[in-house]
Amino acid sequence: MTILEFKGVTKRYHVRGAGDMLALDDVSFTLTSGQTMALVGQSGSGKSTIAKILTQLERATSGEVLLDGKPIPHRGPGLRRYRQRVRMVFQDPFASLNPYHTIRHHLARPLALDNVVPKDQIEDEVRALLTRVRLDPDATIDRRPHELSGGQRQRVAIARALASRPELLIADEPVSMLDVSIRLGVLNLLADLQRESNLGVLYITHDLATARHFSDQIMVLHHGVVVERGSADDVILNPQHEYTRALRDASPDPDKHFAGPTGEATTRSDAS
Amino acid sequence: MTPDPLLTIERFSVVYDVDPPVEAVRDVSLTLARGEILGLAGESGCGKTTLAYGIQRLLKPPAVITSGTAVFHDAGGDDIEINALDEEQMRAFRWDKVSMVFQGAMNALNPVLAIGRQLDDVFTTHRPRMTKAERREECARLLDVVGVGRDRLRSYPHELSGGMRQRVMIAMAMALRPQLMIMDEPTTALDVLVQREILEQISELRHELGFSVIFITHDLPLLLEISDRIAVMKDGRLVEIDTAHRIYSDPQHAYTKRLLGSFPSLTGDRGDFVRGAGDAGHAAGADAAHPATASAATEEDAS
Ligand SMILES: Nc1ncnc2c1ncn2[C@@H]1O[C@H](COP(=O)(O)OP(=O)(O)O)[C@@H](O)[C@H]1O
Ligand SMILES: Nc1ncnc2c1ncn2[C@@H]1O[C@H](COP(=O)(O)OP(=O)(O)O)[C@@H](O)[C@H]1O
Ligand SMILES: [Mg+2]
Ligand SMILES: [Mg+2]
Repeated sequence: MTILEFKGVTKRYHVRGAGDMLALDDVSFTLTSGQTMALVGQSGSGKSTIAKILTQLERATSGEVLLDGKPIPHRGPGLRRYRQRVRMVFQDPFASLNPYHTIRHHLARPLALDNVVPKDQIEDEVRALLTRVRLDPDATIDRRPHELSGGQRQRVAIARALASRPELLIADEPVSMLDVSIRLGVLNLLADLQRESNLGVLYITHDLATARHFSDQIMVLHHGVVVERGSADDVILNPQHEYTRALRDASPDPDKHFAGPTGEATTRSDAS
Repeated sequence: MTPDPLLTIERFSVVYDVDPPVEAVRDVSLTLARGEILGLAGESGCGKTTLAYGIQRLLKPPAVITSGTAVFHDAGGDDIEINALDEEQMRAFRWDKVSMVFQGAMNALNPVLAIGRQLDDVFTTHRPRMTKAERREECARLLDVVGVGRDRLRSYPHELSGGMRQRVMIAMAMALRPQLMIMDEPTTALDVLVQREILEQISELRHELGFSVIFITHDLPLLLEISDRIAVMKDGRLVEIDTAHRIYSDPQHAYTKRLLGSFPSLTGDRGDFVRGAGDAGHAAGADAAHPATASAATEEDAS
């Protein structure tokens, strides 16, 4: 069992001309393998800052991040090994894939760099990874990112994150750039992979509906402070904090919207 | 059903004349009522933007309108056949009668001009008789109306959040008090709190000012809550159009049903979402391969 602990982390950014900006204020949580935790909050609440600190793209101003009880390394081979175990999937698959390289290159590279499999098995492993993310290897392997649909690109990005056989996955708004109708396919894939490999997943999103159905636990971030956490259903169906309620009430919920007293729901003007 | 129509679109078709040709809009007919919010839904590539451009004559080659008409029933009593307008008339028509908030518009503000100046330019161009003082007051009022506030007149786009920039674009679209506003995925990039606020504001304003809205998005749950009626497009065709309530409670077309089913509900069931809600904890290994996932992947690849 892999355990990643975020302990009392505070993060200040220096903003030119405006002094310090408190992005995270004493945030603590634990991510374990086999568990999915959603991190929700509106934009600017500090979600990506947590992801960046977890992957050591940013340093905490104070507080600790521990992997299996040991502080995570800031540099060198230690950091490299850490990043093999804790991988990131970004919001924009276009930005994170190099337009000049084939899909084969994108997946073969981390396999070679991290010595995941012997050299002569790399091609097979690339194909296996594509199959795992439900892409047809023959149809995909020689293509470049722009020759794929948005959903296919995000699958490639997920395959790349899985290449080094991580134990934990940090997914920062992994589907919010995708068409709504294909988001579910990608999330279902992540859920399946999570189960297959007993991954721990931090699912960062501002979409409460998918947070609820995709995660075991939900943590609500507001201005850098965790204002509520609990089991996914509890947080969404019975929110305790006023900010969680505001988020929930703002989320589209046709079920509730159309369940007015007359059946014919409240008119738009009433609703506003 | 639509006693007071504002726009009548009949048998409208658009082809992109490339090799092979793309039939982006196929034989679309619909009538928009005065004061109505019509949602236009469908996956990306189904032709929403092309239709919106087409009825405002904003299309450029290789796009060709191969059939159909769009008639605007002006509040003044005239019926204006949009395709019959010449360039000059068309320029006046746009902005004045119909305005558009473009997809990704919030990133289209000029970065080196203060937003007040960009609003002012709309009036300088289209209302040359307004005095400087009148323009100034009108720009300030518009920023108040959309909730940005007049004290932001001198702000530059980079000094505003995404939500504020989007509101500025909406202010610009409302500047000349058009009878129809077309909004192409105006809030997709914003988070729910900001989205909700902007949409409720638009809904209020259309009651106050009496304009109609065509609201384009692929976000069906949102559309269901803000629209009077919803039109569902697939592969260039209008497959279903009805009140939001009936689209939700009694969808007729298989595609509409599929689209509705692809959203997990916030407080209800999880739709096509496969993860068991009760299996929190150590669910590893349990029913790993889900047929639903495979089919979701295929659907996407087909689109
Ligand atoms: N490199 C940076 N320098 C200064 N401020 C930053 C930086 N990165 C993020 N911030 C600020 O920190 C806050 C949290 O940002 P972020 O973690 O990106 O939020 P979220 O991902 O929830 O939208 C925001 O107010 C943002 O403007
Ligand atoms: N300039 C163009 N040349 C060729 N095909 C185009 C062009 N613009 C759009 N299309 C095609 O027309 C179809 C409809 O596109 P669009 O109206 O942008 O859809 P939507 O707004 O619903 O995402 C798509 O298949 C798209 O690839
Ligand atoms: Mg972020
Ligand atoms: Mg479009």
